Amino acid sequence: MSNSPTPAIRFNQVSRYFGDVKAVDQVNLEVRDGEFFSMLGPSGSGKTTCLRMIAGFDRPTSGQIFLYGQDVSNLPPYERDVNTVFQDYALFPHMNVADNIAYGLMVKKVKKSERIRRADEMLELVRLTGFGKRKPSQLSGGQRQRVALARALVNHPKVLLLDEPLGALDLKLRQQMQVELKSIQQRVGITFIFVTHDQEEALTMSDRIAVFNEGKISQVGTPAEIYERPASPFVAGFVGTSNLIGGEVAKRLTGSDKLFSIRPEKIHLGNVNSQPEAGMVFLDGAVRDVVYLGLFTRYLVETEGGIDLMVVEQNLKTTSMDVLSVKGQKVRLLWHKDHINPVGG
Amino acid sequence: MRSNSFDPKASWGLKLAALGGLLFLHAPILIIFLYTLTPDETTYTFPLPGITFKWFGVALQREDLWRALTLSLKVATVATIAALILGTLAAAAVYRSSFFGREAVSFLLILPIALPGIVTGIALRTALGGFDIPFSFWTIVIGHATFCVVVVYNNVLARFRRMQGSQIEASMDLGANSFQTFRYVIFPNIATALLAGGMLAFALSFDEVIVTTFTAGQDTTLPIWIFSQLTRPRDRPVTNVVAMLVMLITFVPIFLAQRLSAQSSDTEGETK
Repeated sequence: MSNSPTPAIRFNQVSRYFGDVKAVDQVNLEVRDGEFFSMLGPSGSGKTTCLRMIAGFDRPTSGQIFLYGQDVSNLPPYERDVNTVFQDYALFPHMNVADNIAYGLMVKKVKKSERIRRADEMLELVRLTGFGKRKPSQLSGGQRQRVALARALVNHPKVLLLDEPLGALDLKLRQQMQVELKSIQQRVGITFIFVTHDQEEALTMSDRIAVFNEGKISQVGTPAEIYERPASPFVAGFVGTSNLIGGEVAKRLTGSDKLFSIRPEKIHLGNVNSQPEAGMVFLDGAVRDVVYLGLFTRYLVETEGGIDLMVVEQNLKTTSMDVLSVKGQKVRLLWHKDHINPVGG
Repeated sequence: MRSNSFDPKASWGLKLAALGGLLFLHAPILIIFLYTLTPDETTYTFPLPGITFKWFGVALQREDLWRALTLSLKVATVATIAALILGTLAAAAVYRSSFFGREAVSFLLILPIALPGIVTGIALRTALGGFDIPFSFWTIVIGHATFCVVVVYNNVLARFRRMQGSQIEASMDLGANSFQTFRYVIFPNIATALLAGGMLAFALSFDEVIVTTFTAGQDTTLPIWIFSQLTRPRDRPVTNVVAMLVMLITFVPIFLAQRLSAQSSDTEGETK
């Protein structure tokens, strides 16, 4: 699968308890060399604790963490070849931008001329050339973010950790930084581990994603795998929106009463007389609610089994008048069997 | 519209009140300055019967005065250094770790400043007597350190609470060990708090009377010397000269401290 036999990071049965709370519970994980890896999950799911254990700010209660094969579980942060971009940036307010970036070199006693050269190189990488003499307080949020990134990259760490670094930025800037982060990662070729609770962010940037829930990993996979084939009801609900169908209705549609998920955009909204094509299943119902969202419209349909299904259709030809008039009407929901995804449980 | 905006010009009443307040605070001090120049030994008469600088010469000749002044300076310096070290360590412990009884420790540290000096004084004297410790320079320093530690502790703790905690983690993350982190990140962050706390501690120690009377034994610090002068009306102008000198000496560091902390709060203000 991977070119490098040693994973960048390997978790072996790692647990971290805070009193009775199992923040991280027997996690096994492999992050490959050079990949953009995201840890996705709601707050309190253990993703940040995992990141802090890789950085060395926290130690596992049990289990080991390996950095390129070396057991680093009990090394202090300053002895690990790993750097972090903090959520609040944590820039040093009393130093100018260039000194902030060169800090990691300064404490390692790199010569001054070399420090200046490499800080300039980093400023160029994050497109802040000429900002070296400014104080962090004179920068905008997005610029501080770049300085934090440059500061963490200056030591050429083996792994870069990013703790929800885009959380404080507004939407436009965030989308711009997503693209930029990805391109910087490809240029420097360092393994990035990115913690986020924003599923869209994770889907946009990652090579692979680990979805965390209650201290455990629910699923690891590429964005497409996670989205198209969620392995559990939790993943189906957390990454995007899903309809979950089980019991009698499921049995009639699939022949098994096991729970399955179906994405709202895979469902076609037809009139009561529409005939299913080969390989399709259908369910009749009535539209209970319509939300017009410009680009697309979201319908809530109450179906025969008493299950509410969400359907999303793009507004290719329809106007808001058209879609809103559908409310209350009887409809037939059709979808392809291929899109049915058993979620277990 | 007009009523919403604040009128930047103060009214005459307010100006008068401000002037009155300043006079109330500083007129007595000016009176001391004035009477350093009087040729009259024992009484305050106005206007001055004449002007003379002879009391400055007399003050310079007084051995006991110089001994008291040097002792006070030494005590204040040592007590301030002790307070800076102990206060910073205590603040760091209370800020960084959470242990059982942390709030109690914090309260016990602050208590000496609220406790009447006379209680601290009697307690120290009893303790020193109980352990058969002779009075010395060091007993005075110990007495002063009880309240000097508090001012440094309070200042530094407040600064720690304002500092981004992740800065320390960032420093360690970038390869700095604990010592480097203190030197390059923590110290610059708390430097002005240390300066302000240290100045205040020095000033508190320099003019302390009550605790000192219980812990000084035969030694005389400057405030005690001035206090004892009150019983000698003939030396009154000399006492005034000393008071003026002390004022001028303390004015410089306080002025500098004000300037420094004003500058640092300016730069901090820019962050928001």
